[in-house]
Amino acid sequence: MRDSVRFIRQGRVVELKSFGPTETLLDHLRLTERACGTKEGCNEGDCGACTVAVGTHEDGKVVYRPVNACILFVGQLDGKEIVTVEDIAGSGGLHPVQQAMVDHHGSQCGFCTPGIVMSLFALYQDAGRATPPPRAVIDEWLSGNLCRCTGYRPIVEAARTALSAPPDDMFTRSAEATGGVLQFLADAEDVFVGTDQRFFAAPRSVEALAALYERHPDATLVAGATDVGLWITKQFRPVEKVIHLGRVDGLDRIEDVGPAVIIGATATYEAATDALAGIDPDIGAVVRRIGSRQVRASGTIGGNIANGSPIGDTPPMLIALGATLELVSAKANRAVPLEDFFIAYGRQDRQPGEFVAGVLVPKLKAGQVFRAYKISKRFDQDISAVMGAFLFTLADGVITEARIAFGGLAGTPKRAAAVEARLIGVAPGSAAAWSPAMEAFAEDFQPLTDMRASAHYRLETARALLGKALLETAGAPTTRTRVIGQREARQEGAHVGA
Amino acid sequence: MSALESDPDGLRDDSQEGVFSVVRQPVRHDSAVKHVTGQAIYIDDMREPEGTLHVAPGFCRQIARGRFTAVDLDPVRAFPGVVTVLTAADVPGVNDCSPSIGGDPIFSEGVVEFWGQVVFAVVATTRDAARRAATLARFEVVTETPAITVADARAADIHVLPEYRFGRGDVEAVLADSPKRLDGRMVIGGQEHFYLEGQIAFALPGEDGDMHVHSSTQHPTEVQHLVAKALAVPDAAVTAEVRRMGGGFGGKESQASQWAVIAALAAAKTRRPCKLRLDRDDDMVMTGKRHDDVAEFAVGYDADGRVTATRMDFYARCGYSADLSLGVNDRTMFHADNAYFYPAVRILSQRLKTNTVSNTAFRGFGGPQGVLAAERMMDAIAVETGLDPLEVRKRNIYGPDRDVTPYGMKVEDNVLPEIIAELERTSDYAARRAEVKAFNSRNRILKKGLAFTPLKFGISFTLVHLNQAGALVHVYTDGSVHLNHGGTEMGQGLNTKVAQVVAEEFGLTLDRVKITATTTGKVPNTAPTAASSGTDINGMAAQIACRQIKARLVAFVANEFGTPEDQIAFRDGQVIIGNGSVPFTEVVKKAFIARIQLSSAGYYKTPKITWNRDRAEGRPFLYFAYGAACSEVTIDTMTGEMKVDRVDILHDVGKSLNPAIDIGQIEGGFVQGMGWVTTEELWWDDKGRLRTHAPSTYKIPCASDVPDAFNVALYDSPGNREITIFRSKAVGEPPLMLAASVFSAVFDAVASLKPGVIPPLDAPATPEAIMRAVTAMRRAEV
Ligand SMILES: Cc1cc2nc3c(=O)[nH]c(=O)nc-3n(C[C@H](O)[C@H](O)[C@H](O)COP(=O)(O)OP(=O)(O)OC[C@H]3O[C@@H](n4cnc5c(N)ncnc54)[C@H](O)[C@@H]3O)c2cc1C
Ligand code: FES
Ligand code: FES
Repeated sequence: MRDSVRFIRQGRVVELKSFGPTETLLDHLRLTERACGTKEGCNEGDCGACTVAVGTHEDGKVVYRPVNACILFVGQLDGKEIVTVEDIAGSGGLHPVQQAMVDHHGSQCGFCTPGIVMSLFALYQDAGRATPPPRAVIDEWLSGNLCRCTGYRPIVEAARTALSAPPDDMFTRSAEATGGVLQFLADAEDVFVGTDQRFFAAPRSVEALAALYERHPDATLVAGATDVGLWITKQFRPVEKVIHLGRVDGLDRIEDVGPAVIIGATATYEAATDALAGIDPDIGAVVRRIGSRQVRASGTIGGNIANGSPIGDTPPMLIALGATLELVSAKANRAVPLEDFFIAYGRQDRQPGEFVAGVLVPKLKAGQVFRAYKISKRFDQDISAVMGAFLFTLADGVITEARIAFGGLAGTPKRAAAVEARLIGVAPGSAAAWSPAMEAFAEDFQPLTDMRASAHYRLETARALLGKALLETAGAPTTRTRVIGQREARQEGAHVGA
Repeated sequence: MSALESDPDGLRDDSQEGVFSVVRQPVRHDSAVKHVTGQAIYIDDMREPEGTLHVAPGFCRQIARGRFTAVDLDPVRAFPGVVTVLTAADVPGVNDCSPSIGGDPIFSEGVVEFWGQVVFAVVATTRDAARRAATLARFEVVTETPAITVADARAADIHVLPEYRFGRGDVEAVLADSPKRLDGRMVIGGQEHFYLEGQIAFALPGEDGDMHVHSSTQHPTEVQHLVAKALAVPDAAVTAEVRRMGGGFGGKESQASQWAVIAALAAAKTRRPCKLRLDRDDDMVMTGKRHDDVAEFAVGYDADGRVTATRMDFYARCGYSADLSLGVNDRTMFHADNAYFYPAVRILSQRLKTNTVSNTAFRGFGGPQGVLAAERMMDAIAVETGLDPLEVRKRNIYGPDRDVTPYGMKVEDNVLPEIIAELERTSDYAARRAEVKAFNSRNRILKKGLAFTPLKFGISFTLVHLNQAGALVHVYTDGSVHLNHGGTEMGQGLNTKVAQVVAEEFGLTLDRVKITATTTGKVPNTAPTAASSGTDINGMAAQIACRQIKARLVAFVANEFGTPEDQIAFRDGQVIIGNGSVPFTEVVKKAFIARIQLSSAGYYKTPKITWNRDRAEGRPFLYFAYGAACSEVTIDTMTGEMKVDRVDILHDVGKSLNPAIDIGQIEGGFVQGMGWVTTEELWWDDKGRLRTHAPSTYKIPCASDVPDAFNVALYDSPGNREITIFRSKAVGEPPLMLAASVFSAVFDAVASLKPGVIPPLDAPATPEAIMRAVTAMRRAEV
């Protein structure tokens, strides 16, 4: 048992023995370290002004990811390297990313700039990136960095310039040494800092987690903290006991088991993207629009399910695919169909001491067509007004089974049972045959009006998405049915994301 | 008119032609390196003196309108870390922080006029404690029905200011006689500034009741005055200072004051440094936004699509108080013509009072709302006549003998015909119009739209007395220069531009000019940095200060070297004296020894402007800035999703002082405007709570919203016709309105569904707004 957390800061290992279980990395930097280069623009993960890069050791390499320091708890950084905007200029002058930002007039008020620099710094370090990456990749890496002054054009130009050569800076040059230290920090100890009443814990194994959670069923499980962070910074919820899942060995597994893929609970969106996109490119396209690069580096599939949100983006897709949830506690393991996990708004089928271990996602079978659409005011980093996922099984040109699930239309992610029933025997291409299904929407859903959309728009859009899915199933090319996320472009190999 | 005639202050214009080494160069922002390394110091980054306390405002979380009959602050006071709680009773002076006619209490004294109105402030040892404690107050309330929307306020007939109108001709008669006529109505949404650095102030008490306030404000003078008024001390006891803001956009013109005043009240009461930084959600709930409007118009036109007469009515949601609503809504009226000549016209504006936060300045200051309505009129005429929308626009723009605005000012500097012609060519408008048509005939679900909109924007404060500025320039004996002026830096590059002017004047490199924080202690009685005027007026003031010092140096050198004054110049770090030269540094040293004053205060007031609001006559603007934009979009008529495919812009900045900074202003302003007309939606619930109070729910553009085909060019100008600093033109606000082209392009895409039907598209064109328009089109009878 270790009673501290340790991370690398400016080439040295820092060990913290006393810190608040929910103290944010941003507060640690700005208030404790007084390293004020990293800014606070929103304190809720949406603006990117607080972006720092976090280094981890994976497959023999040091990998840097941008994260939002404002909603990350400092304990979550155990075993990692924290790089901030103050750290990247070497003795020889500005970092290539910084220099390009200066040369291209990429800053005006400068308040977003440290975050932008750190997002681009993380992309810069990606050895697999193109030189320079296509615009879509640059946009994807900037999707979590709002700039209100520049209109982004000079920032994109700066990115193109800085990323026109492979990574070569003091971080790549010291990667081996850094990797060594990171490996050393990744010890086998369970971390427990604090008292039985107030603690930050990071168990190392599923068994240790189950035992600890059984002892403290009132503790808050924290995976990426992209939800829990806001409970603290905005809602002032009292959270005294934190069990962080990030160190649990194997909980982040991603495994191809033939007819299905297993996604471990703590697999981040980023880590799971390719496996999910492998089932169908639409899933990849939706996941790449969840939050931002920062949110996807921290947020987990398990968290997206366990939070029970009616507007989470992965549950409708996973439900349509017929996914099964694995739940584990000190007493028992069980599996439930994902759709049954969501009981009602704010209520899930999870017992005290029980946690989500993973989700088993079946792959498409022959004769199946999958479609998913995320509708929001802004394409990137916006919560869906409507999220629709469709799985059609076809035989002889007609639908023999339909699994359809929506987010944003009810208190939980929910299947459209009545709609599904009316689709059996329908030929997707014959629009005249759709009407029973279209009419059935009102049986399945009575959505609410809020700031994202009116009830009317939600219901009408749900219908429109079914129409779109049917048209595409009947063969309409998505170049003619979608303004973004066209499948043809993706299949031609315009691989978005690094 | 000759240069001399337009030179009432005797400011000789020798700056239009010549070789320049610092001005007109794409010099980078003075803080660029500090921005990218995290070394630029914003107020929250300053080292806090020992004992610093933190302040958080508190409000009644129950009602948007009504009264509270009792407040229990004991739970707030009892929270660990709380030092004291301030209420109206703690204001020694006047409990008001209005920039205009009053009505903005610092702390409410019992009446609640909007959800989020500040009632008290918590002072605590940490910011976290202050924020948490601020949620613990308990209120007993009497609820009244709030007026939230324009419709509510119109029904109740409540106004923050009297209605105002101007125009000419017998509009109703001409309308009645017009060959054709149409009526229109549109909703124009508001806009949150979303400056990345939220509101913040840091007050440090001094001796004798002095107060030094670091404030992220565009208007330090107003902060100084309001702090003094609240503390009941003379203005001279208060200093307001701002080195830089992390964005302002108008949101820190009047509405930075309240936070500075509260921080100062806390500092005065506790005798300790006090910092108030608003949380983002509080910031969005408690500070005003761009006014939203309902615009209604009737327009008569002939068969060629030329306007004969128009009546335009604007109903603005001002919020609970007047704030800057007078000037903002006047500017809506001043720009309801955008670039078009209306032979007979009547423009009316009502300033409605609602129980929402008090709306305020925002880049364009009301102008964008006027422009959007004018463009809707053009688009509607195009639909009705079947003419190409650009053709309708060209037929209506100002031209010879069609050059008097609805407020009586003659348009003397119109360069729109050239700009339109050039952009029409470079954007390949005609060919793309054909392609868009072809695309739309091939596609049932996706539809493209193309639009080309011109822009004319009046430059000067319409409140005449604000058109003045001061600067303070010191030359030290090592030849380095200290520059101070009344303008504030919010990212727009003002300090860089003014430093360029000073370096140019002295023939020095930029690194010899030290930019310093704006402070009321050095340059007093300043105007806000607003109305795009920052460089125009502060650059001039700095130039005048430099020229005063130079005049002394020239006289001294002429005397010393026996060289005629007209053979003395400042260049390349040298003072050129006839055929020889002496380093500037040496001249300065010698001048000091000879007891020549090396410091000067420059003062400038804008010439020519004569606007008389009561009589609605005179000249409100020194000149106009012009531009045009062409945008192409694709919409999905099943979901309302929309993507901007390409944007081309040609914009007039006169002779640019700094092309890099000017292009940055154009691009940034355009994208901000694009957000306003597309994804940025403010949404209040029926209780009057703003529910889009965070970036999670309020969506400003991000990188992927900006098309890769985004071509911005500066119009090759012969220079501003008026004498402005190195013949440049203001650029801060005008480009925002070029985004009307995006809105018109969406309109065009929807209009393609049923030729001859005018889409009832409201702004912002969110997916839902687009679907509403699409659905209405499908139901419409041709
Ligand atoms: C800026 C921003 C943008 C976002 N955009 C989107 C979006 O577009 N689409 C979308 O769907 N979501 C979005 N989210 C929400 C968020 O990213 C997801 O819900 C995320 O998946 C949560 O994962 P996490 O690991 O961060 O969860 P945490 O915040 O760590 O936890 C969330 C909840 O789940 C519980 N929990 C976590 N892991 C487990 C487990 N293994 N077993 C049991 N309980 C567990 C926690 O106790 C907590 O109640 C966004 C969030 C932010 C901040
Ligand atoms: S401060 Fe905005 S994302 Fe962290
Ligand atoms: S430079 Fe001001 S927000 Fe980006």
